[in-house]
Amino acid sequence: MFTLTPLEMEALYLSLLVSGWAVAASLPFGILCAWILARLNFPGKSLVDGLVHLPLVLPPVVVGYFLLVVLGRRGIVGSKLLEWFDITLAFTWKGAAIASAVIAFPLMVRAIRLSLESVDRGLEQAARTLGCGPLRTFFTVTLPLVAPGVLTGVILAFARSLSEFGATITFVSNIPGETRTLPIALYALTQVPGGDEAALRLCVISVAVAFAALLASEILSRRMAARLKA
Amino acid sequence: MLELSARKRQGDFTLDVELQAGPGITALFGPSGSGKTSVINVVAGLSRPDQGRVVVDGRVLFDSKAGVNLPPEARRLGYVFQEGRLFPHLSVAANLRFGRNRIPKAERSIGFDDVVEVLGIGHLLDRRPAGLSGGEKQRVAIGRALLACPRILLMDEPLAALDANRKAELLPFISSLSRRFCIPILYVSHAMDEVLQLADTLVLMDEGKAVANGPAEEILSRTDLRHLTGHGEAGAVVKAKVGGHLAEHGLTSFTFSGGTLLARHVDLPLGSAVRLRIHARDVALATAAPNFLSVRNIIPGRVVSLTPANGHLIDVMLDCGGTILWSQITSLAQTHLQLKPGQTAFALLKAVTVAKEDIAGRVS
Repeated sequence: MFTLTPLEMEALYLSLLVSGWAVAASLPFGILCAWILARLNFPGKSLVDGLVHLPLVLPPVVVGYFLLVVLGRRGIVGSKLLEWFDITLAFTWKGAAIASAVIAFPLMVRAIRLSLESVDRGLEQAARTLGCGPLRTFFTVTLPLVAPGVLTGVILAFARSLSEFGATITFVSNIPGETRTLPIALYALTQVPGGDEAALRLCVISVAVAFAALLASEILSRRMAARLKA
Repeated sequence: MLELSARKRQGDFTLDVELQAGPGITALFGPSGSGKTSVINVVAGLSRPDQGRVVVDGRVLFDSKAGVNLPPEARRLGYVFQEGRLFPHLSVAANLRFGRNRIPKAERSIGFDDVVEVLGIGHLLDRRPAGLSGGEKQRVAIGRALLACPRILLMDEPLAALDANRKAELLPFISSLSRRFCIPILYVSHAMDEVLQLADTLVLMDEGKAVANGPAEEILSRTDLRHLTGHGEAGAVVKAKVGGHLAEHGLTSFTFSGGTLLARHVDLPLGSAVRLRIHARDVALATAAPNFLSVRNIIPGRVVSLTPANGHLIDVMLDCGGTILWSQITSLAQTHLQLKPGQTAFALLKAVTVAKEDIAGRVS
């Protein structure tokens, strides 16, 4: 039987915690951002579009370093967070969640935006003529219709967060019990002599988690598609 | 009551209309691209005119001068779209209640069960739109708009996507809606058969303008509008009532202001108002009351005008007790008859030429 060692449990738990929070906290912004890019036309839109997609093409280490500069204890924003709210992000699991969220954000926005662009605007018009204001129309018509796209975005972002390494290790380092997620634990094990077997076990766990996420998304999206059709 | 004036430029196209729609069904008829849908989008608030004013039942919905522009959700109008536009993620019942849930309970003057019964959609309530046929979808769409208890119902070619059978099935529903639920309907169509069966008032649209506006019979009988009303030849549309049934001969007699007409039997109670369509080519003329004829429909009238038509034909306009009939005669016949305006003439209509499909079963 495959039983997890306390170290593996800790890494798995941290990975799920960090990825879960990364996705949950960035989802509202992701939807807003996707909506803005899909529906609005304004000067500088390409610039915003480029900024949103930047983490996709930048080396994650660059993103991590940038986060450290901005959100670190002495950073422009980080120092204020510490001073006003007593919040520290650098070298905590919350920081790891932010690093993951930033890296995964473009994937999430892309999926939701594509889905929003394919929504029949006529249905939104119909809702308006039936007495729904723009906001209510969004929540009662648009959002349910883009639910499959939102789900895809969430799964993609979750999977990307699980595999996040570069930005995380640069921003929050490798702290056991705080920021040592699966990929970081795996990397640490490959650096010590005789860590091969333990590293392999972490590989298996990573594969299992990723696969479970994909499977879950497949089942959910099939159910959603069935709901919209039948 | 709807009062509308709107000007809007969209590229090369300019919409410039002014029209009123009272109770009953007002049809907006015209070729595609004539601006019919633009008009109801302006009324619904889905499109904003450059200048104009939209008033429904005394309530100003749009006024460019006063800077009033209510959003669609505040206008309380029902809109039935050509493609139905049902919400695919909701059941039929939830679709029907969608607009209704947005209005105060006290204002829900139209009963849910009433509408479901009239439209015959009770067995569909638990289904989802994707599983419905085209006709069922349109009925649900009509129900959804009605249940929001709108002040006016806007219908944008709701039957255009349906086959002839479904269309024939739905037409009577629509025709009875306005009366049954006391809601004026603005009905966009480019199909003359729908207009004949539905319209109380007809607005003819062409190139973004309302060319003519008035009672349907009057507009449809005018020759100067023939190029727009879509028949290449003159014809009259006559309002009549069922006067009696001659069951043994398979005929029904209809009374109108000019006399009595016989046509193929229709299964309608006595007194039902119908609309008869009489093509000019089916009407012969006699200057004296003819005898010994197989033709049973002989209506006396007065010649109003003679208009040359295509070829060597002449359209003769007759006033028969206030109802206008048209007759098409050859120029040869005219040289013999020497008809002049003001002269008495007899219109000879073959009973069978009053086709059943031209009889609209509308009571007004």
